[in-house]
Amino acid sequence: MNNVLKFKNNKTDVAAQDEIYNFAYLDENTKRMIRRALIKALCIPGYQVPFSSREMPMPYGWGTGGVQVTSSCLTTDDVIKVIDQGADDTTNAVSIRNFFKKTANIETTEKTSQASIIQTRHRIPEEKLKEKQILVYQVPIPEPLAFLEPRYQETKKMHALSEYGIMHVKLYEDITKNGHIETAYAYPVKTNDRYIMDPSPIPKFDNPKMNNNPAIQLFGAGREQRIYAIPPYTEVTSLDFEDYPFDPSKAPHKCSICGSNESFLDEIITDDDGNRSFICSDTNYCNQRMENN
Amino acid sequence: MYVSVKGGEKAINNAHSWLSEIRRGDVNIAELNIKQISEQLTLSVDRVMSEGSLYDKDLSALAIKQSRGDLIEAIFLMRAYRTTLPRIGSSKPIETSKMLCLRRISATFKDIPGKQKLGPTFDYTHRLLDFKLLADGEYEKAKIEKYDDKEIPHVLSFLNKEGLIQKEIPSGKTSKDITRNPINFPLTRSERLQSLSRGDEGFLLGLAYSTQRGYARNHAFVGELRTGYVEVQFEIPELGIEINIADVMFTECESVNQFKGSKKIPAQFTRGYGLVFGQLERKAISMALVDRSMRWKEFGEEYLGVAAQDEEFVISHCDNIQATGFLEHIKLPHYVDFQAELDLVRKIREEYKKNEQRT
Repeated sequence: MNNVLKFKNNKTDVAAQDEIYNFAYLDENTKRMIRRALIKALCIPGYQVPFSSREMPMPYGWGTGGVQVTSSCLTTDDVIKVIDQGADDTTNAVSIRNFFKKTANIETTEKTSQASIIQTRHRIPEEKLKEKQILVYQVPIPEPLAFLEPRYQETKKMHALSEYGIMHVKLYEDITKNGHIETAYAYPVKTNDRYIMDPSPIPKFDNPKMNNNPAIQLFGAGREQRIYAIPPYTEVTSLDFEDYPFDPSKAPHKCSICGSNESFLDEIITDDDGNRSFICSDTNYCNQRMENN
Repeated sequence: MYVSVKGGEKAINNAHSWLSEIRRGDVNIAELNIKQISEQLTLSVDRVMSEGSLYDKDLSALAIKQSRGDLIEAIFLMRAYRTTLPRIGSSKPIETSKMLCLRRISATFKDIPGKQKLGPTFDYTHRLLDFKLLADGEYEKAKIEKYDDKEIPHVLSFLNKEGLIQKEIPSGKTSKDITRNPINFPLTRSERLQSLSRGDEGFLLGLAYSTQRGYARNHAFVGELRTGYVEVQFEIPELGIEINIADVMFTECESVNQFKGSKKIPAQFTRGYGLVFGQLERKAISMALVDRSMRWKEFGEEYLGVAAQDEEFVISHCDNIQATGFLEHIKLPHYVDFQAELDLVRKIREEYKKNEQRT
């Protein structure tokens, strides 16, 4: 509080601006409020806990939920990794990493195995996570039923009653129309055999990694004011039908840098004729493989 | 072999430098100072304070300067700063009947106690570009008159005496701060009004306009519109005294709406309410109309399924900082999701082709 007042009194003191905020930006009361929501979320896997999301100095939709969750979990001993689309050097990942460097002055890394907290947008790292690691997902729309029923007042009831018929009908209709479930990312899952949950817009290729993961998985949706979580070693299944089992497919190619045929690939257009090449979306995974060879 | 492009960090730094330079513009032109903005672009400053929910003219002017005049960006800066401020306590409810009015009009009565007062308004100006302003310094001086500082009663209170207008019954509850508690639908009216007051002017204007054009038509009169300064009183519990902590400018609009009566209530007039920081009439009137249209349930009116009646729809989408953030986030990379879609579409097309060849 004193720090903020200091700023108020020194509006012109530009140099003081960077030092005025609390560790990891959020004030301690806000962090406590968020930690309470996180604990509740961990106790009820997949359940969306409303929280009083703060206005962050970055836009809604750009990871404000993830940033608030990370900020509330950070201690001075943490080592943080931030990825967007699997890569450490995409612009928004760089920007969020710099935010924590500046406001928390903590160590950062690109190595998945060395990070204690990994904040991610749209991917789960290829390398297996371990106990005591935390994976924080940035979530745009936390409600998996939102595209079928946009009103929270309605979806809240559906979750409470486990009334998930509309979701199964949607998947069924996809199959009857196209022979496939037409969802390639943000593919809905069921957590701990109870709540249908949005895994955030990760490709469905990543869905199986959520299941029985030793790490803590936390999900923050800032604009929609929701937090949810998957505790370690929790069952997470992708919705499917017995005769149409879930298929975590990926492009049928190899990475043209490291040669992996197990990782999720980005497609790159290499020349004016539209020739294509495929490379690992997880840049750290790709680099590690190159170093080891 | 293709090597993926690195250098996000460098690109960001370069972009920021360029932004800084272009914000300054031609260095041969004098730089704007904050006081020039807060004194001469007052309505921009008001909008940024209102939708930024923070009453500080200097900070608002700074935000406008920093954002190159992009008001939504400026509102964003204010909001982000506001979040970091501690909440010391709540003021006493403001008394708008004690407002020092710059302007006060009623469209429902010709003559009213406390008089009609036009004040500094664009209303009757002819919208002709004033080329004299291209040169420096010319302005007209206003006449000075003595202000009768008697309390100015609200116009609707006269209708109230006759029982012709629906009474507002105080809930007796303390308002829940929507910036400190998560939104959970359905909302209380207090939460709804808080959201509308910081909601986007353009969005609310459009919605209010839609009710006028027949989407849940609810003909509204401006019962009263007033702009002026109100004292904000704060009680210091340790000392047991009330002190005046600020004189804040507000615009308040009370609308009077037709109401045919329902099973619950006989025919009478009903109200909508708008209250915003600064002189933002368009916003205050829009707010009152949208507030009124969302009160259909309370008055036992029919739900016509239009946007302006739908609380969850209006409140979820009226915040321009939330809206612009989410809208603009689609500029961020979506390579992975797009790739996943590409794979799926290719697969479906291949199967389609196979099926076609078979038939």
